Amino acid sequence: MAERSDGNRPSPEALLDEVKREHFGRLKVFLGAAPGVGKTYAMLRTAQYRRREGVDIVIGVVETHGRRETEGFVRGLETIPRKKIEYRGLYFEEMDIDAILTRRPKVVLVDELAHTNVPGSRHPKRHQDVAELLEAGIDVYSTVNIQHLESLNDVIARIAGIQVRETVPDHVLQKADEIEVIDLPPHDLMQRLAEGKVYIPDQARRAMQNYFTPGNLTALRELALRYAAERVDEQMISYMRAHAIQGPWPTRERIMVCIGDDESAHRLVRTGKRAAERRQAPWLVVYVETSHHQTLPDEVKDNISAALKLAEQLGAETLVLSGEDVAQEIVGCARQRNCSQLVIGRSHRPTWTRLFRRSITEALLDRGQTFDVLVITSEETPTIVSRVSQMAKRGIVVVWKDYLFALALAAGAMGAAYLGDTMLQLSNLALVFMVAVLIAGVRGGLGPSILVSLISFAAYTYFFKEHRNALLYYNWRDVFEFVAFLGAAVVIGNYTAGVRQQVKATKHSARRTANLYDFSRKIAGEAVLDDVLWVVVHHVASTIQGRALVLMRKETGLEIVAGYPPEDQLDAVSGAAAHWAWNHGKIAGRGSATLPGSEWLFLPLRTARGPVGVLGVAMQGSDKLLSSEQTRLLDALAGQAAVAIERTTLVSDIEQQRLLTETERLRAALLSSISHDLRTPLVAIIGSVTTLLSYGESFDPVTRHDLLMTIQDEAERLNRFVQNLLDMTRLGSGALQLRLDWVDIQDIIGSALERVKKHIVKRPLDLRIAPGLPLLHLDFVLIEQVMVNIIDNSCKYSPAGSRIIIDAGLEGKTVLVAVTDQGPGIPENERERVFDMFYRVKTSGHQTMGTGLGLAICRGIVEAHGGTVSARSGSDNHGTVITIGLPVAEAPPLPSHLDETHKDEHLTDEHHTDEHLTDEHLTDVDVSLR
Amino acid sequence: MGELPKKILIVDDEPQIRKFLSISLRAQGYLVLEASTGVDAVTVSGLELPDLVVLDLSLPDIDGLEAISRLRGCCLAPIVVMTVRTGDLDKIEALDCGADDYVTKPFGINELMTRIRILLSHSSASRVLGPEFRSGDMVVDLEESRVFRGGNEVLLTRREFETLRLLVKQAGKVLTHQQILREVWGPAHIHETQYLRIHIGVLRQKLESEPARPRFIVTEPAVGYRFQPAEEFNSGI
Repeated sequence: MAERSDGNRPSPEALLDEVKREHFGRLKVFLGAAPGVGKTYAMLRTAQYRRREGVDIVIGVVETHGRRETEGFVRGLETIPRKKIEYRGLYFEEMDIDAILTRRPKVVLVDELAHTNVPGSRHPKRHQDVAELLEAGIDVYSTVNIQHLESLNDVIARIAGIQVRETVPDHVLQKADEIEVIDLPPHDLMQRLAEGKVYIPDQARRAMQNYFTPGNLTALRELALRYAAERVDEQMISYMRAHAIQGPWPTRERIMVCIGDDESAHRLVRTGKRAAERRQAPWLVVYVETSHHQTLPDEVKDNISAALKLAEQLGAETLVLSGEDVAQEIVGCARQRNCSQLVIGRSHRPTWTRLFRRSITEALLDRGQTFDVLVITSEETPTIVSRVSQMAKRGIVVVWKDYLFALALAAGAMGAAYLGDTMLQLSNLALVFMVAVLIAGVRGGLGPSILVSLISFAAYTYFFKEHRNALLYYNWRDVFEFVAFLGAAVVIGNYTAGVRQQVKATKHSARRTANLYDFSRKIAGEAVLDDVLWVVVHHVASTIQGRALVLMRKETGLEIVAGYPPEDQLDAVSGAAAHWAWNHGKIAGRGSATLPGSEWLFLPLRTARGPVGVLGVAMQGSDKLLSSEQTRLLDALAGQAAVAIERTTLVSDIEQQRLLTETERLRAALLSSISHDLRTPLVAIIGSVTTLLSYGESFDPVTRHDLLMTIQDEAERLNRFVQNLLDMTRLGSGALQLRLDWVDIQDIIGSALERVKKHIVKRPLDLRIAPGLPLLHLDFVLIEQVMVNIIDNSCKYSPAGSRIIIDAGLEGKTVLVAVTDQGPGIPENERERVFDMFYRVKTSGHQTMGTGLGLAICRGIVEAHGGTVSARSGSDNHGTVITIGLPVAEAPPLPSHLDETHKDEHLTDEHHTDEHLTDEHLTDVDVSLR
Repeated sequence: MGELPKKILIVDDEPQIRKFLSISLRAQGYLVLEASTGVDAVTVSGLELPDLVVLDLSLPDIDGLEAISRLRGCCLAPIVVMTVRTGDLDKIEALDCGADDYVTKPFGINELMTRIRILLSHSSASRVLGPEFRSGDMVVDLEESRVFRGGNEVLLTRREFETLRLLVKQAGKVLTHQQILREVWGPAHIHETQYLRIHIGVLRQKLESEPARPRFIVTEPAVGYRFQPAEEFNSGI
């Protein structure tokens, strides 16, 4: 710490790691070299100490194997009962992870970290259970033997001759906060074994006997101790980093492991891991996919992806590059990623091929001058046999056709040669055969072209040479010709085969691209979430020819929001897998590492902002799994789907945000309006009243009256404002109920004018109501209010004493009422906005007098009636015209008796004739109703 | 108003409103009684038999409409209800329940005084309609069923005249759509306001000099119509 200076800030990554660990539970591992060294015993003993210290500690799972000394330590510790899981009619007991999560102890004991769970458990491996417990913040004590460590797997296989199947990925132990080595000298362990103190399952007894030899045990002990020592070193380094202690840092070198398509991939990965460990270096594993890759049999492809998966488990970053020149890709990537060491496998191709083509290893050694290249020799011979048989099986149909074609070609060539020979006396008949060889190569590839070249050579030699029918007689010239035929066949055939492979690969990737393109095009066209989801499930289902569904988070948890074919419910296991995929953002379910027993496979739909949902897929046949090709395509589809789903939610988010802003703006405007418009009249009223109270006596009657008029005017203004606010609130809250009635627009205008007569009494008013307007079906009081507001507004924004014009007329199925003033008018860009709440036109010199509510209320009311309201400038760009359009409803029911009443309904006969009266009134009525 | 001063009962739970009403009414020579609850109002009117009741529709104890029916049970005095603008239905219900007229809060005192004056004159036996009704230059001959404006006869159909007669007979007092429809068209047609709208429109065409701004037949929004006698014109607030 003394070394600490300003320049030595703790590295951010290291601090981040520390912080992350704080939320997680701590993992303590009791590491042993071999069974029987007393790991469980040591774990229980530690647990007892902790218990006595008052720590809440429980047993998740502990195998005592009936050893009495160990059982003694179990006493006093709470044990979480194990869960019974049925598998193929038998019951197995596994650790009940849910019970532990519910119980939430401080520490839980989980024996045998490498244990494999019975199918049907949540995770296939116990160390995955432990990871979940740690994630939940529970500390875990566990035990493991060194031979279970993934990266040491093959080393141990070589030492002890036993392949250990139950392995723990290195990163699990790497993340352990504490490792306690339980050490027992080999001799003591042998003794314990002899005393029967080591538990060995019956079926493994013989194998184990061979295992427990002093040599093996010493080697294992060394491995365990060395591993622990390395860990100590690592922990010290990470401590030093986190605390910014200067040290001799190894430069951040990286190790790159290049795997090929042979069996050595796994070995390479493990070797790379160990090299990376030793150097404390990050490492990555790279596979270069060439066009050749597509033609590989499935098992080889699976082998590659398994190796990549293993690399990920061991903590490597994996990359799949694509390109034709493997060496170039590798070198390019290594430069870009700053890798200082390359680990490659030694090529196992037959030596003679190197005459024609350099192996990748050689090419790398050539180009990668700046790198250390570590070449690992492969010990096993690659199993080429299986590959050949695989190819033969696949190619059988094509091959038959191609060879038949080759035979036909050879026959044709012979015919042509014969004709050429007899009719044209061609000097060099070999050329005819060469053409056939070339055609066979182009069409059928290597095999057929070789066949044609053989037949051609034989035919040529036998039939067409000077010494005909002397096949057995040959000289150097013949040998040369034979080699030429064969050479041409091989070159062309190989070339064609390469071209074909490329075409196949191109077609394949074009299909994939087309699929993705098709998907993105379809998905981009949808704006609504439901449509996007439907496209997703439909497309995914048809791509994998199975079923697909999408789950999203709702109030009650994850719910199916779309399915193709529609699906309502998931069984318990699938549901759990879906939740796991959502919570952990990782793939889960069928064929994955988590809950593989589920019917469905779930892919998280994640974007940079977090998870948006889970995509579930199920194949048609229940035991079919997705191919790695399909999984990759699905990954790509899931990515696009996630982005599309997020896009729709973003759209609604933005809309919501806009509404919120708008509400906020209105709230602010309302506040300022209330404080201004409520207070101003009150100031005038209170001022006038107090003036009258204090000095009323001294005023002459005119002044008193004047003050009183002020009070009255301001009170009325206040009343109008309150009324406006109430109306606006009713409109805004949807509480506005239209009380529709048949009304005469003239009546409404008259009534409105009556209410505003104080304002217009000193103005010339032109009232131009077209005769015979139909009755309208609307709310009298509300439309009257609209008219009042509009007329009021016109008066407010035009000079005193100027003319107000009200026009009412019929246009189609709409009654238009226009109110025109002689004011300064509204600027064109503000005409729409005057109907917005609290919007007031800024007029120079004019003080704003309105509340900014009147016209907004008009719009609300008129639109509630299905009408329109608009503002424009008057004739000659002078003044403002506000027009409301009210729809004409179907004519009201006017029974025929109205007509009849007119017939017998007349006044005294002396004054007029019945006919005249009747006619006049009928037309009157008719007009009014139209 | 030569003889006994008329007794007016004010029913409102707001003391300030009772105060300004009673000051104004006393100044007009009325005798004022006050009540702050509906139950009080019924008691007081039973004991004092007021000539008119000014009633607030929102009372603390009983519903305004119920107060009207209870008041109607003990005295026949006309009732003017005070209501707020949004309560259009309240007005109609109150008028249907037996109230005679209404004012909308806030109101000018003149408006209320006009209503009171007209109702008192209607209720008192002193005002018997003669055969002829005059308002400005309009003369309605109720016996002969003829109407003249400025000396010229206006031709009306029978229903038009019936409507006019009804309005004129209760001049100054509001009549709801339903009341007019019931009287003129019969109880079966009380909801068919469209008949009434057309007839009123025609009546105005014939009688008013400016039909769009009627002087005589004024509209009470959502409630009904009122015949405004010439001398009351422009006497609002």
